[in-house]
Amino acid sequence: MSLTRKTAAELGELIASREVSAEQVAQAHLDRIAEVDGKVTAFLHVDAERALAQARAVDERIAKGERLGPLAGVPIAHKDVFTTADMPTTAGSKILEGWRPPYDATVTRRLREAGLVILGKTNLDEFAMGSSTENSAYGPSHNPWDLTRIPGGSSGGSSAAVAAYEAPLSTGTDTGGSIRQPAAVTGIVGMKPTYGGSSRYGLIAFASSLDTPGPFARNVLDAALLQEAFSGHDQLDSTSIDAPVPPVVEAARQADVAGLRIGVVKEFAGDGYQPGVLARFNETVELLESLGAKVVEVSCPTFAYALPAYYLIAPSECSSNLARFDAMRYGLRVGDDGTRSAEEVMALTRAAGFGPEVKRRIMLGTYALSSGYYDAYYGQAQKVRTLISRDFEAAYHQVDVLISPTTPTTAFPIGERADDPMAMYLADLCTIPSNLAGNAAISVPCGLADEDGLPVGLQIMAPVLGDDRCYRVGAAVEKALNDRWGGPLLSQAPAL
Amino acid sequence: MPYDEALERFEPVLGLETHVELGTESKMFCGCPTTFGAPPNTHVCPVCLALPGSLPVANAKAIESTIRIGLALNCSIAEWCRFARKNYFYPDMPKNYQISQYDEPLCTDGYLDVQVEGKTVRVEIERVHLEEDTGKSTHVGGATGRIQGADYSIVDYNRAGIPLVEIVTKPVEGTDRLAPEVARAYVTELREVLRSLGVSDVRMEEGSLRCDVNVSLMPRGSSEWGTRTETKNVNSLRSVERAVRGEIERQAAILADGGRIIQETRHFHEDTGATTSGRSKEEAQDYRYFPEPDLVPIAPDPAWVAQLKAELPELPSVRRARLQAEWGVSDLDMAAMHNAGAIELVEATVEAGAPAADARKWWMGELARRANESGTALADLPIRPGDVAKVTELVASGALNDKLARQVLEGVLAGEGTPEDVVEKRGLRIVNDEGELSAIIDQVLASNADAADKVRSGKVAAVGALVGGVMKASRGKADAGRARELILEKLGVQG
Repeated sequence: MSLTRKTAAELGELIASREVSAEQVAQAHLDRIAEVDGKVTAFLHVDAERALAQARAVDERIAKGERLGPLAGVPIAHKDVFTTADMPTTAGSKILEGWRPPYDATVTRRLREAGLVILGKTNLDEFAMGSSTENSAYGPSHNPWDLTRIPGGSSGGSSAAVAAYEAPLSTGTDTGGSIRQPAAVTGIVGMKPTYGGSSRYGLIAFASSLDTPGPFARNVLDAALLQEAFSGHDQLDSTSIDAPVPPVVEAARQADVAGLRIGVVKEFAGDGYQPGVLARFNETVELLESLGAKVVEVSCPTFAYALPAYYLIAPSECSSNLARFDAMRYGLRVGDDGTRSAEEVMALTRAAGFGPEVKRRIMLGTYALSSGYYDAYYGQAQKVRTLISRDFEAAYHQVDVLISPTTPTTAFPIGERADDPMAMYLADLCTIPSNLAGNAAISVPCGLADEDGLPVGLQIMAPVLGDDRCYRVGAAVEKALNDRWGGPLLSQAPAL
Repeated sequence: MPYDEALERFEPVLGLETHVELGTESKMFCGCPTTFGAPPNTHVCPVCLALPGSLPVANAKAIESTIRIGLALNCSIAEWCRFARKNYFYPDMPKNYQISQYDEPLCTDGYLDVQVEGKTVRVEIERVHLEEDTGKSTHVGGATGRIQGADYSIVDYNRAGIPLVEIVTKPVEGTDRLAPEVARAYVTELREVLRSLGVSDVRMEEGSLRCDVNVSLMPRGSSEWGTRTETKNVNSLRSVERAVRGEIERQAAILADGGRIIQETRHFHEDTGATTSGRSKEEAQDYRYFPEPDLVPIAPDPAWVAQLKAELPELPSVRRARLQAEWGVSDLDMAAMHNAGAIELVEATVEAGAPAADARKWWMGELARRANESGTALADLPIRPGDVAKVTELVASGALNDKLARQVLEGVLAGEGTPEDVVEKRGLRIVNDEGELSAIIDQVLASNADAADKVRSGKVAAVGALVGGVMKASRGKADAGRARELILEKLGVQG
């Protein structure tokens, strides 16, 4: 079997036992990128030489008898919203074109320390704002299942890279669903860890109180291995949780649901949900019952207000977070011809450097924080956020995990929602509540919709620091469905 | 309008906002050093330059210092509070928002008592909060040195992110004509409190203590406050006083002419003592404050706060009261010493062994006079409290009299060494060699036969002239008492 079809765990073992070299593995993936990325456009930047050098360094350490982690030598695609001292970092924006950070993000540093080989940086919606990668200043990525469709967003480059076998693993960030939704629509696994479980240091901020780094992989165990590799407390991020990483790898290996109480969120169904999505979801509910889980319906009435609350909180924070892009210290500078004031240069640069969706959110957020409107908008949204957390708490008194479809629909065609922000925002309907509450949630493939033959995702939600529950249930579903399908869902994807 | 006339017609209301740069080793939200005077943009990192992806981490020492300041100013300490972002665009603020505190300050509702003309004035403190300093802009070219009209501007981010504590008073009413003195006394006392806490080097000239002065006037008999102005760039204690006085005069003139005061920021000019108009605050800038999501709330453990309170050093006002009792001086004398900056000097002199009365006499007399002459602060005179103590010791032992002691002090100030060195070099020791003194007396008696006769004939009072003669002949070094005894003895008269 081709090296690019293997799981990350398998590759790690092969490399550790010196059956293949990390360099061979890296080369195989670089070859695959060269072969398919012209169609998929998952990557904004690929650094073959550096990747091979990193791989050789791992091979040398293994040759010396060093015992490295389970992912040492495994290639990874890194979302271009994490700073990398050896590669450009754009956040998908023109305003940072050509910027080379002088420092590594904590996630980047931990990938390197775990011996992961960074192949390059993946495409995303500008500043992680979007659900399709169409907001990238560098053009959209394409869904490997159907190149005319979106790979999800904002981490669409990362989902596409893994689904197209360009990398076995990738990183993403999830602010309102930016890992789970791309994972769902490309038929792979994507996990949003507990907020604070993985460091935001060096992650270019969209909405500070929501942004969460997380893993993509083609199976649940690989995702757990990657999450474990880069998670844990970081002194450079005050909001990172000073507690042990939940036992995610153990849970992914446990893969059983016997005796677990599982809640189906009543509110995540009905109008706007694609029938094929609901059909696969309902089958999965039956599957879980057949595996010995006790499934009950749970009502979370405030979840209906999650989307509007999110679209006040996230833009408010982004309006402030993106103020630093002012042409004074780094990035794009427009209009500095010696006649214009600093203020004019700032305005011209921001007008030229930010795309329409980013501007829309900056304006929304600026308005929501304005004196006289703060209480009605930002203040009210924070109250809703508290109520959503309470709904979750009440639900977790009854059940161990909550489940729902990850997205209301399968991957939509590129261009379909580009001019309709509200339609685009609905893609995150089911994923946003977990961000507002800071909880853990995973998306695992649960089949193909009958209408379009495109992947459907199952979302499994767990309380703060209950990440292991997501993996345990996700792995059980994966195991049962793979048995039914005779292999992973992704193997049903058409060849590129 | 002349000050007295202004005060006849209007009553001033004061408000003071003081910014204190804390003397922590590292900046508020990153590990960069805070030392003053480094080459531009060398004390910077991804965090204080606001590079994409960087995050702040609050400096625990700065939070502790702020709480200690709050405690020293009799404030309540919040059990839970948050930082907030103050959003506005300016090139010297790297993030284009300042991490500050808004509606949840660390310390609230305190007071500081100050003494003005023998009276105690209680200045109430509204809040004490913690924030970060901005970088420093220099505007090159143009007439004003401000950003408008400059050819170009350069920014030094070394200062960006240095912890800054803002101390805001409540409006101070009822100061009447003493408003300028109250303002000065407040800043003086505050500076001493901060110094005693060891939280800042409180140098106004380097900007580690900066004061904004708010002034408004209301007509006599009215209880409705007028529009206030905020004067910035007030960089010395004397300027605080001048700025208040100047602003009262300026506002009174406008109001008396039927004009209205514009709510604005004004800039104080050290050279002229005048203020000029700055940014208008009529259209209040919207800072879009919201809780800082990159930082966790501050929740100081009450037990820890109680411990900090118990461990506060003796505060300046308490210390002054204690010293006053120990030294047995009047309120007026104590106030004079305080104003002259002599308390620490007297205290150190007493600690070096001098009686309090003597220590005070020299510092507030001869040395104050010399400081005044040379236009330096008492503490900056080139003499140490130990030197002064030595001089008082030499006087007490009879080795010096006051006149010689003054010459010794003069020598020390002139850099001639320790008091002993000066006595040695200048030969200032009192003549108490009986033989030498006797010879001088014989000379004086011989050349003042008339006076000697008068004494012999019983007019003992005439001995004064003879003693004077001896002192003159010995160039002040004789012990006058012993000389008198010897003269009377030689003339066969009972003293």
